[in-house]
Amino acid sequence: MNGSILTLILLVPLAGAVLVSLLPDRGKLPAWLALLTTLVTFGLTLHLPAHFDVNQSGFQFAVNKQWIESPAIYYHVGVDGLSLWLVVLVGLLGPVGVLASWNAINRRQKVFYSLFLVQQTAMYGVFVSLDLMLYYGFWELSLVPMAILIAMYGRKEGQKAATKFFLFTFIPSAPLLVAILWLYARTGTFNFSELRVLIAAGAVPAGALFWVALAFLLAFAVKVPVFPLHGWLADTFGEAPVAMAMVVAGKLGLYSMLRFHVGLFPAQSHAIAPLLIALAVIGVLYGACLALVQRDFWRFLAFAALGHLSLITLGIYGFTVTGWNGATYQILNNELIDAALFVLLGALEIRYGTSQIPAYGGLAGRVPRLATIFVFAALAMIGLPLLNGFVGEFLILSSTFSGVSHGWAVVATLGVILSAAYMLWMVQRVFYGPESALAASAAADLRAVEQFALWPLAVLMLVMGVAPNLWLRAIATAPGPTLIQRAQSIGSLGQPDVPSAANNRAELREVLR
Amino acid sequence: MNGPLLFLPLIPLLPFVGFLLNGLLGHRLPKAVISAIALIAPLISFLIVLRDAFLVWSGSVTMPFVEQGAPAWISLGALRVDFGSVLDPLSLVMLLIVTGVGLIIHVYSVGYMHDDEGYWRYFAYLNLFLFFMTVLVQAGNALVMFVGWEGVGLASYLLVGFWFHKTSAADAGKKAFIVNRIGDFGFLIGLFLLLANFGTLTFNEIAAKLAANPAWTGGVLTAISLCLLIGATGKSAQLPLYVWLADAMEGPTPVSALIHAATMVTAGIYMIARTHFIFDRSPFALSVVAIVGAATAIFAATIGLVQTDIKRVLAYSTVSQLGYMFLGCGVAAYSAAIFHLMTHAFFKALLFLGAGSVIHALGGEQDMRKMGDLRRKTPITFCTMTTGVFAIAGFPGLSAFFSKDAILAAAFNSGGLGKILWFVGIVTAVLTAFYMFRLWYLTFWGESRNHEAHPHESPWVMLGPLVILAILSVGGGWTGAARFGAFLAPSVGIKPEEAPGNFEYLLTPLAVLAGAIGWFIAHRMYHRPKTADGLVPGTPAGYKLLAHKYYVDEIYGFTIVKPLLAISKYVLEWVVDVAILGGLAWFLAGIASFGGAILQRWQSGNLRSYAAWLALGAAVLLYFVLGPQIFGTAVPHIGIAGH
Repeated sequence: MNGSILTLILLVPLAGAVLVSLLPDRGKLPAWLALLTTLVTFGLTLHLPAHFDVNQSGFQFAVNKQWIESPAIYYHVGVDGLSLWLVVLVGLLGPVGVLASWNAINRRQKVFYSLFLVQQTAMYGVFVSLDLMLYYGFWELSLVPMAILIAMYGRKEGQKAATKFFLFTFIPSAPLLVAILWLYARTGTFNFSELRVLIAAGAVPAGALFWVALAFLLAFAVKVPVFPLHGWLADTFGEAPVAMAMVVAGKLGLYSMLRFHVGLFPAQSHAIAPLLIALAVIGVLYGACLALVQRDFWRFLAFAALGHLSLITLGIYGFTVTGWNGATYQILNNELIDAALFVLLGALEIRYGTSQIPAYGGLAGRVPRLATIFVFAALAMIGLPLLNGFVGEFLILSSTFSGVSHGWAVVATLGVILSAAYMLWMVQRVFYGPESALAASAAADLRAVEQFALWPLAVLMLVMGVAPNLWLRAIATAPGPTLIQRAQSIGSLGQPDVPSAANNRAELREVLR
Repeated sequence: MNGPLLFLPLIPLLPFVGFLLNGLLGHRLPKAVISAIALIAPLISFLIVLRDAFLVWSGSVTMPFVEQGAPAWISLGALRVDFGSVLDPLSLVMLLIVTGVGLIIHVYSVGYMHDDEGYWRYFAYLNLFLFFMTVLVQAGNALVMFVGWEGVGLASYLLVGFWFHKTSAADAGKKAFIVNRIGDFGFLIGLFLLLANFGTLTFNEIAAKLAANPAWTGGVLTAISLCLLIGATGKSAQLPLYVWLADAMEGPTPVSALIHAATMVTAGIYMIARTHFIFDRSPFALSVVAIVGAATAIFAATIGLVQTDIKRVLAYSTVSQLGYMFLGCGVAAYSAAIFHLMTHAFFKALLFLGAGSVIHALGGEQDMRKMGDLRRKTPITFCTMTTGVFAIAGFPGLSAFFSKDAILAAAFNSGGLGKILWFVGIVTAVLTAFYMFRLWYLTFWGESRNHEAHPHESPWVMLGPLVILAILSVGGGWTGAARFGAFLAPSVGIKPEEAPGNFEYLLTPLAVLAGAIGWFIAHRMYHRPKTADGLVPGTPAGYKLLAHKYYVDEIYGFTIVKPLLAISKYVLEWVVDVAILGGLAWFLAGIASFGGAILQRWQSGNLRSYAAWLALGAAVLLYFVLGPQIFGTAVPHIGIAGH
């Protein structure tokens, strides 16, 4: 089971997608199929933490089989402390996404759900791939269904948003591909672990590595997004179907930064970290300030997300182990909270037909459950202790303070005040105060389908805030100290000079085996 | 485990269970069940605290008791934060106040909130507050204290904005939370500094490390102290972050009594006392604490002089009294500060609940200009309120007489600055007596200025708590500052100056005299007022300034809130986001699309054509990069790679 579990996780959604596209688009059949598929897959992902050995670092559940002989592309998958919970997160958000679409997607369900399931496979693939070419394939695959669905189901300007998303994410993917191929040309391998050792040993010229690392970083930074590359985010949030929008930002890019930018090029990423730290801190404040003045709640959510994702970026480029672990944990927290807010705002939009905040007001008495869960998620987002947002935030900020710079940490901590301001103001404008004209139109409180999607998220927000160690234990096994050592030793001494290394590639690879 | 079980974790957990039950099921339960759930939780918690206090008194528990083997909250690398509770004299006193006054106010609320449709929600929030407050008090770790700290802020937010359809209530709740967040920002930076310098957030370990380095003073310890002070000024409504407390009066009156007078707002004083070993190492930070306290005391008292809303008078009075406590902390007289915290909890809770009874009697009227002559209609409320008014004015023998005196004496005995601050304190005492007797006269004396209402005395479920609190307001200080200080000494140390000085016998009559002067002036002006507010004709300019609370809200609005919003909207969004970044993105997209003809296709929005171009591009790249591997030709240098 341990050997084939990741393969199963990758294949089940794909099989579901095929099944959905083959069966007729009748009634709720595609939705039910998608729900079943995502639930089964979620169940499969739970196998991973249940059997994950926290006393062992390195990749577990690994499979490494040659797929194409030349170029040497392997089907190489595995998870470690970094990716373990992210895989489970994708699993959990699968059924949540289906439930969030239950009432929202009424036309062309077949297309929607089959693409949704393809997207699931792509995301799993990104998190488990240890072969760079395989990884790149999944990375690209994750963009396609998104772009198509934004265009198809956009609310007002789907085409425009899809184009923007496409331009922003596909264009930086091209240099990423080139960089991956170039690495292959130099080293003859796509294998993540081998590449890591080869690069550390100086098998690749440092000058070129700078550009390679930059190409990696650019693709990831756009996908997170990092300020000022966030241009696509607000439009995508506003136009994409809720189930897609909730997974589009954040985790893929942030994980890739940790795994493939910091992980493969510790020296290069350490060198460019000051820039990223500055951008991250700017992003925290910039996102918060812009969230303050949005009138459309999807745009509001986009800028709020920018602020919170920037904080995670700060944790990554602070180059402290606590910061990395905190960042990894915060990816999970952030996705859960965002998912809940997406479901809730989607529920509001379905009921009242607008995303303009000023049109709302005084809804708490009409839809008390929706309001309660919204406030709960909002509190988690602004980092109320004992809810999940706090732990990651504290780990990131405190490690930045001790490990990077007092100044940056203090400025980033200002986000704590601003996020409370925009979030509570938003809550007030939608739910409190006198009832608006909109509130008078009879609308039901949360339906069963929506509650099925929301309650698990709400419970997790509490449990992850009270007992973070359940997650941190595995996360802490992710590679940390050695990477920092390498980043700093190389960073201060310069690239170790191994002129013969490139020539002796074959020898080095022998050593590796 | 040595000694008997103390059940410390149950003290917060029971109210939490109450919160969950009422919060999740309350809307389906009858009022009697809701009340039962809501009252049983604090009752048992209070009984546990009483039992623990008895065990301490009988000597079967030695304090400080530090709970061992508590579950870890965060454990990562070197950082370990656990939920362990601490019972020492300081937390024991606070627990008695919090659960005791908390229980009394829960009982009172049963009467006060009886007809509110949000009855279940109210009690759920109230229990939630007790949960977080007891977590805050019992915390043996600064981060767990922060949990309670932010948590009580949440409870306050929910309860201030309890009547959320009122815009003013929703505004006030939000304001309270955000202003507190500014304080919490300071607290967080303080935590980061602690973690960076001590490697731990556990109070005991920090104290031990400091004790091991007796020469370590100032510097980073001053920075830590000042950061913590920022946190304290937010939670305890001191300058410059006091602005939220008066608005918080939008909440139901029992909430004002419990959260915004007796307990939550004293958390800042508690926190300073709890971390006194850090403050003690920074004379500068202590002076700042003292100055902030004294300045807030007199500043808030002057605003209190002219308020016409009965609850707002009490709110500014609270801010002012908290200032006294800060003054006490600032001169390192922590036990005097905690002593005043305790007596204040009694008499201010009494005054608020009494005000609630008045408001109840008048059918919701809070404007003192529309009150008067209530002593006949609501005799018990009148008697108990009178006790509270005399207590806060420092009438000899009543509780605040002892505690305020202790603070003022300690201030007087602590150097030149202390003398000045003592004088400020004495002037404040005059003002305090004035605005309290003004309230007393306007509410209970003279002729009724409200002809619509038919005042009626409140039910006994509300009067009972008033009577108990009145008794406590009388006798709460009879232990005397010295004995109280000796009890607290293991927690907060004892300051030599706290021993009675030579001037003590002169200082006490002066303080009493100050109260008498305030009363006298109020009597002259308000015993038989011609207008409802005798001050107006006399000093219009100053009056206006005070009535508008020195325009501080307006100043904050114009210097911080409005510029922040304007810059966000016009500079960040319009200029940076839309014009610069948006323009740049499309410009780069144009460049990237290899010229005009193709640009047309990019902009056509046709995804398929993009995909085709991407595939083509990838194929070309693939050929260049993999060409040598696949086709075995010579390696061409890749452009991007340099050399």
